Amino acid sequence: MADKIKKYINSLFLWELLKGLRLTGRYMFKRKITVQYPEEKTPQSHRFRGLHALRRYPNGEERCIACKLCEAVCPAVAITIESEPRDDGSRRTTRYDIDLTKCIFCGFCEESCPVDSIVETRIFEYHGEKRGDLLMTKPRLLEIGDMVEKQLAEDRAKDALYR
Amino acid sequence: MIEQIVFYLFGGILLLSASMVVVMRNPIHSALFLVLSFFASSAIWLLLQAEFLAIALVLVYVGAVMVLFLFVVMMLDINIATVRAGFARFLPVGITVAVLMVTAMGLVVGADYFMSDTYMAIKSVGSDYSNTKELGITLYTEYLFQFEVAGAILLVAIIAAISLSMNKSKITKSKNPQDQVFVKKQDRLRVVKMQSETKGTES
Amino acid sequence: MLEIIYQFISQNLLLPITTLLLPVDYQPQGLLMLQTVIKILAILIPVLVTVAYFTYAERKVIGFIQGRIGPNRVGFFGFSLWGLGQPIADAVKLIVKEIVIPTGSNRFLFVMAPILSLAPSLAAWAVIPFDDTKVLANINAGLLYVLALTSLAVYGVIIAGWASNSKYAFLGALRSAAQIVAYEIAMGFALAGVLVASGSLNLGDIVNSQSGSIIHWFWIPLFPLFVIYFISGLAETNRAPFDVAEGESEIVAGFHVEYGGMAFSVFFMAEYANMILIAVLSALMFCGGWLSPFQGIPGLEGLFAWVPPMFWLLAKTSFFMFLFLWFRATFPRYRYDQIMRLGWKVFIPITIFWLVVVSALVITDTPPWFN
Repeated sequence: MADKIKKYINSLFLWELLKGLRLTGRYMFKRKITVQYPEEKTPQSHRFRGLHALRRYPNGEERCIACKLCEAVCPAVAITIESEPRDDGSRRTTRYDIDLTKCIFCGFCEESCPVDSIVETRIFEYHGEKRGDLLMTKPRLLEIGDMVEKQLAEDRAKDALYR
Repeated sequence: MIEQIVFYLFGGILLLSASMVVVMRNPIHSALFLVLSFFASSAIWLLLQAEFLAIALVLVYVGAVMVLFLFVVMMLDINIATVRAGFARFLPVGITVAVLMVTAMGLVVGADYFMSDTYMAIKSVGSDYSNTKELGITLYTEYLFQFEVAGAILLVAIIAAISLSMNKSKITKSKNPQDQVFVKKQDRLRVVKMQSETKGTES
Repeated sequence: MLEIIYQFISQNLLLPITTLLLPVDYQPQGLLMLQTVIKILAILIPVLVTVAYFTYAERKVIGFIQGRIGPNRVGFFGFSLWGLGQPIADAVKLIVKEIVIPTGSNRFLFVMAPILSLAPSLAAWAVIPFDDTKVLANINAGLLYVLALTSLAVYGVIIAGWASNSKYAFLGALRSAAQIVAYEIAMGFALAGVLVASGSLNLGDIVNSQSGSIIHWFWIPLFPLFVIYFISGLAETNRAPFDVAEGESEIVAGFHVEYGGMAFSVFFMAEYANMILIAVLSALMFCGGWLSPFQGIPGLEGLFAWVPPMFWLLAKTSFFMFLFLWFRATFPRYRYDQIMRLGWKVFIPITIFWLVVVSALVITDTPPWFN
């Protein structure tokens, strides 16, 4: 009975609402955790999955052997590969397209690659301004790979511990 | 001068919107024109320095009654064609009733009182004269009994409406919000202390 | 200060205009009309600027409560100035956007609805006194006028919901209509309490009857009515936690789902203008309006005597405006049947009971308020 009266009084004087107001009122003066994006950036994991790239061996030879495992595993069917034997007899791709508008950045292509050729870089600030800008072709992917190779090698070395 | 312009302006709006209430096809448009006619008549009352009545008209009729009217009319699914079908048929009857009402009113408030020269000018009162106060004093002294009776009748109407609409049937699954509001964590949640299980003790 | 500017405009701008344009007989009336227009502008322009910056304050305050910093990019002339240019950028964006009128909607009512919701909340400012002398229309039935106009705000919502020819908008309109009518009653009773306590319907007289000191203000004898008035005000303005008319989680955006561009922003302005109105009315009727909180305290009263009375009114209003934002950041939305229960079964009985208590206090001349 006394308990019920207490409940009524608490509800009449909006006790729980006042407690809530006190909580939010205190948060108003707490430190703000907003990251001012273009000026400040959050740290990235070495496993960050961003824009794709094709890597090369240190001697400049492209890694991809056109096994098409990535094409098969891609859940969004974003990868298209065509291949032909090269003049020296090795199996190489003639076409390696990734449609970034389809890609869901799951990283399966990277996982499936037996030669660590297709990788996802840490680049995430990119955009397309006209149709086709987000359709990555083999030369563009290789170019990105050349651009960030140092970072890619470091990240792979860091992750090797857990593989 | 300005008073006359304002009077004829609002008088015109009042007559126009009142006739639109009858003429409009869509019942919602009729209801909205009724709101407009309330406004116009309230403005005319303001000209007569009856500010309490004018504001009470807006407050009660426009602010509450017509809102509920609109509420109901909007939810009705009226087929306008069938409503209009009887218009021509009932027109003679309607005109007869209208003429009868106008004659009756004319007989009561005939030319004796309704001429503009006998229609006396508004008594000008000081700015500290409060219409509300005077009305209150009159209502609570001279007309106290009638006032209380009207209140009692309205109360009976409220009680009747509530008792008619209170559906106590057991079929509905409606919850009592009162009970829900008062539910506390302890009423619903039971924390059970258990010995944590490890592989060693498992057998 | 304000009087001097007003006198200057009146003497040097309005007087020449009337003498030039009007025949002699109509000059006094013409001058009076122009002066009134100037006074109206002097009230409405600050109100609309406050509305714009109130949206900015809302985003800042709610951001701060949620551990964010709110808008801080848009500024003036290349300086970000904590994002003070944000409301202006928003306004420009909304003005240049197209107003889409849905098919099957009622064009006229669709366009009228936002205006109908903004107009009453601006018209109500006519009777708001800013201090002892500064009031546009010092009428005897000021309180009733305010009550009548706040009850009109529902029309904009209902008509918008119906004219949009959309189910979601219509559901929002119905919710809002029932809610506003329900809370108007509690609000009316709370105002009746103020009326009984002050013995006047004139807002200026209501404030003056609270003079004395901070404990003479009506918030102590009318405390339950004060709380109920403010909460009903939240419900009347469709603000969180009573914003079921918008209910974005259930009925997308409620009554203004079909509105875009300027038509939407007029609804937005109406909502904020209503909030400011409720805030200023709470300050006037329960917290002593323009009276200084240090009145009657020997040392401090003299110390703060130089502060213009209007400042205190604005400070109190700002506090109530802040409460609106604080509540929105704190409370989750009520469920509809709980809103109805609160309005009909809790607020109305409490207000009626307290009306009797206040009447008893007034009749017995209870000090320090009613002697």
